[in-house]
Amino acid sequence: MRALLLCVAATFALRAHALDGEIAIHDPSTVIASGGRYYTYGTGNGLPVLVSDDGWTWRRAGSLMSALPGAKPGPDVLARGGNNTWAPDVIRVGEKFYVYYSAPATQPRAAIGLLVGRTLDPASPEYKWEDGGPVVWSDGIEDSNAIDPGVLLDPTDGRLWLTYGSYFGYIRLVELDPKTGKRRDGRRAPVNIAVNAEASVLIYHDGWYYLLVTHGSCCVGASSTYNIRVGRARRVTGPYLDNMGIDMLEGGGKLFAGSRGRQIGPGHFGLLDLGEGVQKFSIHYEADLDRGGISVLDIRPLLWQDGWPIAGTHLEAGTYTLESARTGTVLELAVQGTPVGGLRPRRSVGVNGPPPEPRPGPPIADQEATDVAANWPAITDIRLAPAMLQAQQKWTIAPVSGAGGYPGAPYFRITIAGTERSLGATADGELIASAFTGAPEQLWRIDQLTDGSYRISPKAIPGTNESLALSAVGSSMPTLTRFDPSSDRQRWFIRAP
Amino acid sequence: MRRVLTALVLGCTASMCTVHAEQAATRPAATSLTRPKSATLPVDARGFIRRWLVLEPVPVPGMLTESAVEEAVQSAMIPGSMDSLPRDSEVVTLRNSSVTWHALDTVNYNLNLYHFAWPLSKPTSNVLFWVTTTVDSPREMHGVRLAIGSNAASRWWLNGERVIALNDDRQTVVDDGVSRRTTLRKGPNVIRAAIVNGGGATDFCARFLDENDQPITGLSISLPR
Repeated sequence: MRALLLCVAATFALRAHALDGEIAIHDPSTVIASGGRYYTYGTGNGLPVLVSDDGWTWRRAGSLMSALPGAKPGPDVLARGGNNTWAPDVIRVGEKFYVYYSAPATQPRAAIGLLVGRTLDPASPEYKWEDGGPVVWSDGIEDSNAIDPGVLLDPTDGRLWLTYGSYFGYIRLVELDPKTGKRRDGRRAPVNIAVNAEASVLIYHDGWYYLLVTHGSCCVGASSTYNIRVGRARRVTGPYLDNMGIDMLEGGGKLFAGSRGRQIGPGHFGLLDLGEGVQKFSIHYEADLDRGGISVLDIRPLLWQDGWPIAGTHLEAGTYTLESARTGTVLELAVQGTPVGGLRPRRSVGVNGPPPEPRPGPPIADQEATDVAANWPAITDIRLAPAMLQAQQKWTIAPVSGAGGYPGAPYFRITIAGTERSLGATADGELIASAFTGAPEQLWRIDQLTDGSYRISPKAIPGTNESLALSAVGSSMPTLTRFDPSSDRQRWFIRAP
Repeated sequence: MRRVLTALVLGCTASMCTVHAEQAATRPAATSLTRPKSATLPVDARGFIRRWLVLEPVPVPGMLTESAVEEAVQSAMIPGSMDSLPRDSEVVTLRNSSVTWHALDTVNYNLNLYHFAWPLSKPTSNVLFWVTTTVDSPREMHGVRLAIGSNAASRWWLNGERVIALNDDRQTVVDDGVSRRTTLRKGPNVIRAAIVNGGGATDFCARFLDENDQPITGLSISLPR
């Protein structure tokens, strides 16, 4: 973050694939879940707060520093850095929340301050933030710019680590005391782990530490070249090498996320681990062309492939097959299928001499529901069958306006293309297709799992609060069961038919 | 080309092929099937039901679409079969043929209907097999599912309620067709099924899954004496 961007609240209509509500933000912290809500803090006067009840629809909720005396950094932070508040990160350690924020003066003179609280909910009587003073700083001369904190609580040993830095020299690593959030040993020199990047943060996955940083330039709208890079190391202190073996201290970094489509300049990665094999990441785009080119928050699926994180994309509204990872069969209405192109006589294998030479014909048109659905019942069972490109196997997935959502996505309806027959959950945990009413049992949460497959769950099941997911209980039978991340039963591939 | 390879008469198409087990001369008994030697037989360690009454095959058109299978089953329905249990060696007349029920234990997870019909010199292509068994449950169990595999299409009833329908040419795959959640009664529970084969190998397997989709063991099988 090299320049301050004023965050402006804005309200946007529901769109097919982006967050909803007031999502204008720059340099968002890692999105954190607490008390049934999701929070993130960004660059701006007093560290503006975004909060969401479901992770999909967001609203502005004042600023974090309004809970501090003078609504500004503490005096020791101001003495080491300056009176700006940028690019925070937040983490929960035990019963405490630590917020680390950038307090730059004239860069590279800057400090990273600490705030300590016990709740993120401003409505709680326990809500307050205490100044924890400066944690690290840069004097304006050294090869460091002490802004853009990123914090990791190592799941393997409970040690707490802070990375920081922005372009003036190195990305640095220091160890923190989990009990206080402050430096564990201020006499120990920081470890340089990357160079000329910013927005660094560490995550841990399957025996590796991953350092994610942002390269490129920010803060110039659609001209911003922000992109997110990653390297990995077996030890938290590095060396962090990219997929080509280049050390991030020498400019290495595998591309994790770059500009794509109408969202320009992703930066400031944050991990949102929802458990059960669902991981997402928070970022901001420097410019969302669908929102007038302002900087906005997004939450996207995080996938893993060959030991590297992959930036997943939002599920696009469209027509798909839903293929079981267990069996390779696809979800269909339990109606008699009609072969695409109509019934054809079985090809002779030569009872009376050699079979005729097959002759290519014109392309056979895709089968539409209007071609074959005349005798389909209004309410049908659901089953699994080999993919045959038949109309009862083609599902249109579309977001439902005003139905809310979950981290990074809205609820969807899943409807046989060209019909109103929508997938729904029954009170006994089974599946039917019937006319769409917008009832919760016809709204579907579709989470992409870290292996790229999907978990598909109804928003609600009549008569129960139990959370169940679409499951291939048999090769030919789908149902709803509790999600088991170790099984292929509840994993689905959403493919173009 | 599975069916063509199994055909003894070259050049027939799958739907037209009428290669029957009776075309061979000497028919040794299949080693996968035995006569029951005990009053009851527990399901195996994976929950598979290994004791069945099997009716000799009844010729049907052998088409395997949903409507064709429905027609085949209706045309071969045994009057009163849903209200009474057959007995070993009982003879019924069906579609103008006399066919006999056979009590069988299978040494495998599945019951191989080709092995059953072949030593009897009965057809195995374009046929329908009726099978039934009685599963004794030590207690009432809720949220269970009947889980079957069949080669090829099949229809299944549990205690008189139809619970599974599979269509099309298919291999026997463990837990292919699975019923909705249902209840196993304490005591006897009757499974009936019709398996329709077009050509080639034909077999089936069946077991129950519990509310966590795990196989249910601790059940036992008995057949009417």
